[in-house]
Amino acid sequence: MKRFADLFTALDQTTKTSVKTAALAAYFRDAPDDDKLWTIALLSGRRPRRTVTTTKLREWAAEVAGIPLWLFEECYPVVGDLSETIALVLPPATRESAHSLSHWIASLRALDKAEDAEKKAAILSAWDQLPPTERFVFNKLITGGWRMGVSQKLMTRALSQATGIDEPDLTHRLMGDWSPETTSFHTLVERPDPGASLSRPYPFYLAYQIDGPPEDLGTVTDWLAERKWDGIRGQFILREGQHFLWSRGEDLMTDRFPELAQLADFLPDGTVLDAEVLAFADEKPLSFARLQPRIGRKTVPKKLLAEAPVILMAYDLLEWEGADIRARPLSERRALLEGLIAGLPGGVPLRLSEAVPATGWPDLAAARAASREIGAEGLMLKRLSAPYLAGRKKGDWWKWKVEPLTIDAVMIYAQAGSGRRATLYTDFTFAVWKGETLVPFTKAYSGLTDAEFREITNWVRKNTKERFGPVRSVAPEHVFEIAFEGIQASPRHKSGVALRFPRMLRWRRDKPATEANTFEDLQQMLAQYG
Amino acid sequence: MVLQFTDRGIYCPAGDFHIDPWRPVPRALITHGHADHARPGHGAYLATRTAAPVIRHRLGDIPLDTIAYGETRRIGDAQVSFHPAGHVPGSAQIRVEVGGEIWVASGDYKTVDDGLSEPFEPVRCHAFITESTFGLPIYSWPDQAVLAADINGWWAENATAGRTSVLGVYSLGKAQRVLRLLDPSLGPILTHGAVEATNRVIRGQGLALPDTIQVTPDLDAKTHPGAMVLAPPSALGSAWMRRFGAVSTGFASGWMRLRGVRRRRAADRGFVISDHADWDGLNSAIRATGADRIFVTHGYTAQFSRWLTTQGYDAGIVETDYGGETLDEVTEEDPA
Repeated sequence: MKRFADLFTALDQTTKTSVKTAALAAYFRDAPDDDKLWTIALLSGRRPRRTVTTTKLREWAAEVAGIPLWLFEECYPVVGDLSETIALVLPPATRESAHSLSHWIASLRALDKAEDAEKKAAILSAWDQLPPTERFVFNKLITGGWRMGVSQKLMTRALSQATGIDEPDLTHRLMGDWSPETTSFHTLVERPDPGASLSRPYPFYLAYQIDGPPEDLGTVTDWLAERKWDGIRGQFILREGQHFLWSRGEDLMTDRFPELAQLADFLPDGTVLDAEVLAFADEKPLSFARLQPRIGRKTVPKKLLAEAPVILMAYDLLEWEGADIRARPLSERRALLEGLIAGLPGGVPLRLSEAVPATGWPDLAAARAASREIGAEGLMLKRLSAPYLAGRKKGDWWKWKVEPLTIDAVMIYAQAGSGRRATLYTDFTFAVWKGETLVPFTKAYSGLTDAEFREITNWVRKNTKERFGPVRSVAPEHVFEIAFEGIQASPRHKSGVALRFPRMLRWRRDKPATEANTFEDLQQMLAQYG
Repeated sequence: MVLQFTDRGIYCPAGDFHIDPWRPVPRALITHGHADHARPGHGAYLATRTAAPVIRHRLGDIPLDTIAYGETRRIGDAQVSFHPAGHVPGSAQIRVEVGGEIWVASGDYKTVDDGLSEPFEPVRCHAFITESTFGLPIYSWPDQAVLAADINGWWAENATAGRTSVLGVYSLGKAQRVLRLLDPSLGPILTHGAVEATNRVIRGQGLALPDTIQVTPDLDAKTHPGAMVLAPPSALGSAWMRRFGAVSTGFASGWMRLRGVRRRRAADRGFVISDHADWDGLNSAIRATGADRIFVTHGYTAQFSRWLTTQGYDAGIVETDYGGETLDEVTEEDPA
């Protein structure tokens, strides 16, 4: 574990990519194979199955630290990380150990069927023999959610340096449905088995938000413009009669969308599509909110299938007749894709994301402005001569999202932030007028500068009306312009609406509270865009 | 009430004076020279002899009277004395006694001996006003010796790799404390002007610091290879730093205990070093006063006062203007 904890510290102590890569490469050269495999797994978001609940961890940590549970719970939001909170409150270890990363993972897996008392004894014993960083790492192994400031790309580069295997080749080998429990370092990295690659997706190509006027991109006819659909980006793979659906986060989603299984009957073998999974009915996309209940579910009840049927809105063709065609220009890939979809009978849940016709940039600006009416988030601009690249790359693909919706609202509650922002009031609740009363409808905690947060914090301290635990109600004086990407009816919220990505766009010092928007304005937005 | 909490600061009606007020008052007793405690514009000032030079340096020609630690002075109907708070050189807890009832306003304090400030002395009292900057059990400070080894180890490693070490420290207190931890045999120690100005004041009052060289335009990594540079946090990442070429940056603060804060700072290294008491320090200091009533000022006030209540104290929260920005990197005078 020390070797892995040292790696963690080395990665954590620098912001320089080159230093991180070197540290990881050194680790990949020296560490035992089992540890290497687990490290790759952890850095690519795979974690051991959870065998101890976080509820128990909290209780035990508070007990060992000699503090009441409520105080532990108060520490957690300040630290912002459960594993770290536990590591920080525990008294120093009294013993030492020299076990490896894979040893500790195995010991955690062995607790799967154990009684609580046995689990507790094992966890407390581990805490008592691990120094602080190893303790933190150990807790992370239990709770998951590992973020080490290392992208999969950086990890792959380091592994490439250590093994001499090409980076793109490695990237492809490390994708897909593998787990350290079912493979070995040798099998996964050094001697890949061709059979295992059946489900393997290609790395997604990701776009940046456009940062200047679109005219800077040159001639409009060099570009393909499509709608930016508001669903889940996915990669659909059909190989040897088996189909797989991957999310951008490398989640295998095949079973969550059973209606897509029929595509295997209509598409030729050796086809891979880049597409959007979209809730779709009556020839138009449904809102993201309708799709949301289906994301978390591994199995789908019939009712949900009927309420939010999905289709694939296809953007691109990556593999055709079993051949990787990503290097061919988009214009050629599109032509193949169009031909593929044109031959499908009606009712098959696969559609082409149509090109938005344009003879000049103003046509696209107009199309973009109308995005919301058709349920899109804006436009995507893709260079027709470009290959399909891997990862987020500037130059050939751009997002051109619509301007956010905005509403002026009054701040009525404030709560302190966490971590660095723990002594600042940064989390606010906003309300609009309904007659003489203020109806809360959203929270927001980003968008202000540090200086503005400091200023509002001082104001909150002096203008607190009541405290409810960590929350303070404040005098309804300040108006903020709240920006958001979408609005939905929501029975769970008092106001009856839920906003998507709300944030503070600006502090409207020029507006008195009485001039904030009204509940009727909000209802109107819901009617128009919900 | 011996002391009251007003919108100008802590007020003693029996003596008609304020302690560390944040708005102008006729008479102010000052615990220490940090900007959130010693502000301009008061009619008269009283501070310890060792705090006075820095306060004068910062506030200019003010009507400042001084007092020795432990010396008792009568102001109106109040008996007043100053006692070491261990926060920075000259920092004091102010003891106020009226008709046999004793209150102590502790300002900012820490219980470990930093080797520079007069060490914290517990003062028995009925009511104790405490800060709670680090009033959660996640805050626990490493040993001074471990810290010194960490900082010097980082410096030596950088010097070997041909990098300049740039450490962000607050210019009053933290900078001098770090200076005393540095091993001058490792290389030259350079200082930003803001740090050096305070160094001069501290040296002027007889406190020994290792030799330092103030950074001037003709000075860079070539003239002083392998140097350790002490600069205010605001200088980190600024154009001022470019002269040093390849650098490794560090930041010294109690907040460095938290990984999230370390990462957001984007400094290469974070050293956990604070001039405020950690969780154990706060609790032991409060116990040692023997006080029943505790007033919790700046920091994790809600959590800490609730904790004290469960420990049997009559604890409450007091809103002040102290240390409101302790996590903030922009303000140079951040005393954390």
